[in-house]
Amino acid sequence: MTKAAMMEEPLMKSRNVHWTRKDLLGLKELSREEIELILKTAESLKEVSTRSIKKVPTLRGRTVVNFFAEPSTRTRASFELAEKRLSADSLNFSGSSSSLVKGETLKDTAKNIEALQVDLIVIRHSSSGAPHRLAEYVKPGIVNAGDGTNEHPTQALLDMFTLKEKKGKIEGLKISFIGDILHSRVARSNIWGLTKLGAKVTVCGPKTLIPYDIEKLGVRKTFHVEEAVEDADAINLLRIQLERQSEPFFPSLGEYAKGFGINAERLARAKPDVLIMHPGPVNHGVELTSEIADGPNSVIMEQVTNGLAVRMAVLYLLSLVR
Amino acid sequence: MTLLIKNVKAIDPRHKLSDGVDVFVRDGKIAKVGKQLDVKADETLDGKGQTLVPGFIDLHVHFREPGGGHKETVATGARAALKGGFVGAVSMPNTQPAADNAAIVEFILKRAREAEFNIFPCGALSKGREGKEISAMLELKNAGCVAVSDDGNYLRNPLVARRAFEYASQVGLIVMSHVEIPELTKGGVMNEGYVSTVMGLKGMPAVSEVIAVATDIELAKMTEARLHISHLSSGAALEKIKRARSEGLQITCEVTPHHLALTENALKTYDTNFKMNPPLRTEEDRQAMLQGVLDGSIDVIATDHAPHQFEEKDQEFELAPFGVIGLETAFAVSYTELSQKAGPAALEILIDRMAITPANILGLGQFNEIAEGSAANFTLLDLNAKWTISKEDFASKSKNSCFLGREVRGRVVATVCNGKLYRWNTHPVASGAVTVQSGCHSGEGRNLSAKGGLAFGGKTSKQDASLRWHDTHPERLPGATPL
Repeated sequence: MTKAAMMEEPLMKSRNVHWTRKDLLGLKELSREEIELILKTAESLKEVSTRSIKKVPTLRGRTVVNFFAEPSTRTRASFELAEKRLSADSLNFSGSSSSLVKGETLKDTAKNIEALQVDLIVIRHSSSGAPHRLAEYVKPGIVNAGDGTNEHPTQALLDMFTLKEKKGKIEGLKISFIGDILHSRVARSNIWGLTKLGAKVTVCGPKTLIPYDIEKLGVRKTFHVEEAVEDADAINLLRIQLERQSEPFFPSLGEYAKGFGINAERLARAKPDVLIMHPGPVNHGVELTSEIADGPNSVIMEQVTNGLAVRMAVLYLLSLVR
Repeated sequence: MTLLIKNVKAIDPRHKLSDGVDVFVRDGKIAKVGKQLDVKADETLDGKGQTLVPGFIDLHVHFREPGGGHKETVATGARAALKGGFVGAVSMPNTQPAADNAAIVEFILKRAREAEFNIFPCGALSKGREGKEISAMLELKNAGCVAVSDDGNYLRNPLVARRAFEYASQVGLIVMSHVEIPELTKGGVMNEGYVSTVMGLKGMPAVSEVIAVATDIELAKMTEARLHISHLSSGAALEKIKRARSEGLQITCEVTPHHLALTENALKTYDTNFKMNPPLRTEEDRQAMLQGVLDGSIDVIATDHAPHQFEEKDQEFELAPFGVIGLETAFAVSYTELSQKAGPAALEILIDRMAITPANILGLGQFNEIAEGSAANFTLLDLNAKWTISKEDFASKSKNSCFLGREVRGRVVATVCNGKLYRWNTHPVASGAVTVQSGCHSGEGRNLSAKGGLAFGGKTSKQDASLRWHDTHPERLPGATPL
């Protein structure tokens, strides 16, 4: 199959569900069909990274700016590589090197990026809603790479991609999220996406880190880790984000591990084929023990691999609307 | 200087007035009220089809001077107030520097005189509004203050609060309290609840207001301070106030028009014009606020008029300052909401909550009565006017209104303040209401009512703000989700 033919495939499939969005701001706004289209597109693009020449010309001549106003290593690396494998030209603006530290406003920075005639802007920002503002200010397509405690859509998409790859489907699966739900944009995006695709979601963590009205999002809430582990088809362990906690929400990391950390004993109560997931970076011995992170149930590294395919799919679909 | 308003429907529940009276103003006072007065005046206004009511008094405004003149000055704030039918306002002390001494208070009063407007200054409750030492309240009172408050801050140290309440009580100043436990709301930008979870924004729980109200009530009981709760927002806090009142405590409270008209749902677009403190709360809270205004458990409607420049609001949600303007829209928004609940009775209720009770709380006497001998401070309304709020409707230096694009009913067509007439250019309306010819910036020739009808399809529900946004940005609202 030629490269061009390879790229025709998702395009053809997309004719049924037409991708019309200029921006990917979150999964909150997407329909089930749109989410499925991204996952389907990612399936085709995953193959690219297994070739000896890991590059397709799909985004040749397009410019993507990675505008990271908050520190990020993994997500930015993943986006950068996704852009390179699609042959896009990319440019990085980061928190420390950009003019944000000089007091330039988000609007001015955005306008300046737009003036460089770019096609897409990938943004990470510490304020919830910053990508939504950006989408109002400028014409290029916006990809939300994490905004405050709101959404991290590509992370949730790669989690869903991994689930679908491993379990064959998402509908009817029981997925548990354990950890800091309150500050987690990963949990929020996953909740929007998974509930739309028919999965049953449970959230679990210390009471101080679970929003009071979370059940209204269509999820089950429990403060007992055993309940979250039993029957789960996958357990997604959210990073305990000490950097986001201005005041302590629990007494100590040790106390957290005692209450909510996944160890061999707790894993023994789960289904034998349960998937252990983590958005990274792992706090070893806190959210889970190293033996489980590296054990047979863990798909943590596959999540990273799949992140590339999902981000390529998102960039590709948004470039169709340009 | 004399002024005659002819053949107007005048309403003042404090006085018996018949329909179709003439009101004659001479030297800043109402000289005569009666049928077909046989007097000659320098200026005559036909009041047919209009309603003349006591001038409104706003117990809570921020006119920003000194220190924030880029947002508002006393002069522009006074103009905004007059345009909203207000003839007096209590200015909050969170200026730069804070109004905690006679010099600042005298400066504000001087500016008010220049603007020919009635300002009743509220001084700081603690020095520099820092909550550490009580302010020089005797000095503040002698300079003209009617109340003390640390508005924007809550006096967190219970011992300092006790002393401040005691001292204010002894000096004879009202304590106006901004009820919020800062530790519980730190970093918060909206009400804590379902919508904050959906939006990923840090919440400010209603319990913060409830705890602060409960604390202040206990201190007021002990110290006999005259306590007034500023900008109430939660039903649970109102219950505390009702209970205290039933136990005999003399306590009053106020609510803003935006807490009567909007809920946290308005935040779903990250529009910073819906970011205010206290935050917009739930529909249950909104209903409790409306009920409180109707049954009188909420004494006063006050705007918390808080101007901010466009650039200050046009930022990431977390960085934008709290606050919205509200003077020009207060009557129309409140009248529209209350009419849906109380029908024609809404007007008398509003006259009480916006004009009479505020005057009573401040002990103003014959300040805004529609009676011979009272100062001439009244407002002319066109109750049938339907209009759509737009940027051009504001006289304030800032335009950060949370009601832009909203269709409302009832309009201030003229204000008489200290005997001086201000006529407002109102847009032509479709409902057959009288259009007042005006000398000030007229001739725009726009027909906003037609425009409004198109934009809204005649709906005037509480969800207008999100509906409006929805209409223009369908792709960006989480419409496909069970919000």
